[in-house]
Amino acid sequence: MPDDPYSFAHLTKAASLVRLSGVGIVLVSIAGAFAATAGWLSPGRLDADRMIDRFEAVNGEHPGFRRNHAKGVCFTGWFESSGNGARLSTAAVFWRGRMPVIGRFALAGGLPMMADGPAAVRSMALEFQSPDGDRWRTAMNDIPVFPVKDAQAFYDQLAAGKPDPRTGRPDPAAMQVFLARHPETARALALIKAQPFSSGFGNATYNSLNTLLFVDGARVARPVRWSMVPHDTFVPEPAGKPADPNYLFDALIARVKDSPVQWRLVLTVGQPGDPTDDATVPWPEGRNRIDAGVLTVMALQDEDDGACRDISFDPLVLPAGITASDDPLLSARSGAYSESFTRREGEAKPPSAVQPGTGS
Amino acid sequence: MTQTFPLLSRLLHWTMAVLILAMLFVGAAMVSSLSDYSRLVAIHRPLGILLLVLVAVRLINRLLASPPPLPVAMPPLLKFVAHASHWLLYGLMFALPLVGWGMLSAGGYPIPLIGSFHLPPILPHDKALYAILRPAHTVLAYLLFLTFLAHLGAALTHALVFKDGVFRSMVK
Repeated sequence: MPDDPYSFAHLTKAASLVRLSGVGIVLVSIAGAFAATAGWLSPGRLDADRMIDRFEAVNGEHPGFRRNHAKGVCFTGWFESSGNGARLSTAAVFWRGRMPVIGRFALAGGLPMMADGPAAVRSMALEFQSPDGDRWRTAMNDIPVFPVKDAQAFYDQLAAGKPDPRTGRPDPAAMQVFLARHPETARALALIKAQPFSSGFGNATYNSLNTLLFVDGARVARPVRWSMVPHDTFVPEPAGKPADPNYLFDALIARVKDSPVQWRLVLTVGQPGDPTDDATVPWPEGRNRIDAGVLTVMALQDEDDGACRDISFDPLVLPAGITASDDPLLSARSGAYSESFTRREGEAKPPSAVQPGTGS
Repeated sequence: MTQTFPLLSRLLHWTMAVLILAMLFVGAAMVSSLSDYSRLVAIHRPLGILLLVLVAVRLINRLLASPPPLPVAMPPLLKFVAHASHWLLYGLMFALPLVGWGMLSAGGYPIPLIGSFHLPPILPHDKALYAILRPAHTVLAYLLFLTFLAHLGAALTHALVFKDGVFRSMVK
């Protein structure tokens, strides 16, 4: 009688068992390779999960809010492109004409109820909705350079800057150790300190800090950094801190109620040798600057149901005609923003601190 | 048993096998690395759409060209597991790209494919939908990886232990 290949007797023959173990080894090897790729065998690897975990460890958990730049307000308005940017990039954002924008003003840091203050970095996030349906998202800060060069440094700096629960202030020794290891951060912080902050959101200059590549019609790619330069006159931040915990946002709300607030989008074109992979280093003066158009902020909305609430201002949501540079912060920001977005979209959000009300 | 799958079926099977395995590894690497994240996303998205097109072609082909029957001697339970796992694979091959596309739609992300050509959203921009679909994409991907391992294990067992021609029907 022929051997039944599906029978228990056949499967338990020595030859079958050897072959079955071989199959097992193949499967375990593939599963092991997958586990290694997924980072399960290297728990120290810095991934988006761990980065956002650290924000929560340092700032506490604030469900429903962005894990960084947590305190903010939505805005809507227009970008009127001058057409000049089209020399640098084929992106429809730079075609001459007007397009809607959605954006957000915020304070850097992961505390949604933090008091406004002179130490907080201010940010403007923006989505350009260009006429061909393409989108460009960018999040800019009112500092001249970024304090860290890559994700690991950012992660380590978060821990070094964590307030000691006993004193409520960061341990200066921990920051000293961090700065000794990161001279580029020490240099960047000196540049940041040297530039006075403006008195409000409306008269601040917001800088891209990271570099992107703008690709023109001849497929020539040039490194570009960009800034939103205010029409409102620069006034340095006054000494002392007002009692109103929302004084910066309240002033912005009053300013927008008064009349639309405008910025010029200025594109700065890098020269060969200008660093594209290190946002802690400024580019030299005298670079070609192109006036690409005017941003007009028309109205503010609270982010409890404002249009910006469910947008992740991922710096790599780019239109055709703009691509990533070798700046390592871009990919890291993209990954970390995505994780922050996924967590907060699954959470109920309490009301935000900033409530512009209707009619603003 | 000497019947084999038609050439088109075999081509689709092996092309997709390579691409899906690559896709699973790209997906796992993507979420575990901040430095390579953007480069890998740029591969993951168009590859996902390609796989959606391929599985649609494959389903039509599967319905038109019936596969060779399983060996008569195969126990009914094994036959059932074989058929059920194949339909589970089809289900997951459709679900993963569709859930990926749907989750990007619900998250309000533009979905660029080539140049300024974008895929349209297939779901509304909606917080609650995104919050369900994003984790579902991960869970379904792990399920697909496990189903793939079971499928490979079964195929190798057919080839090395049962020696019943089932494995050969997909290789020549």
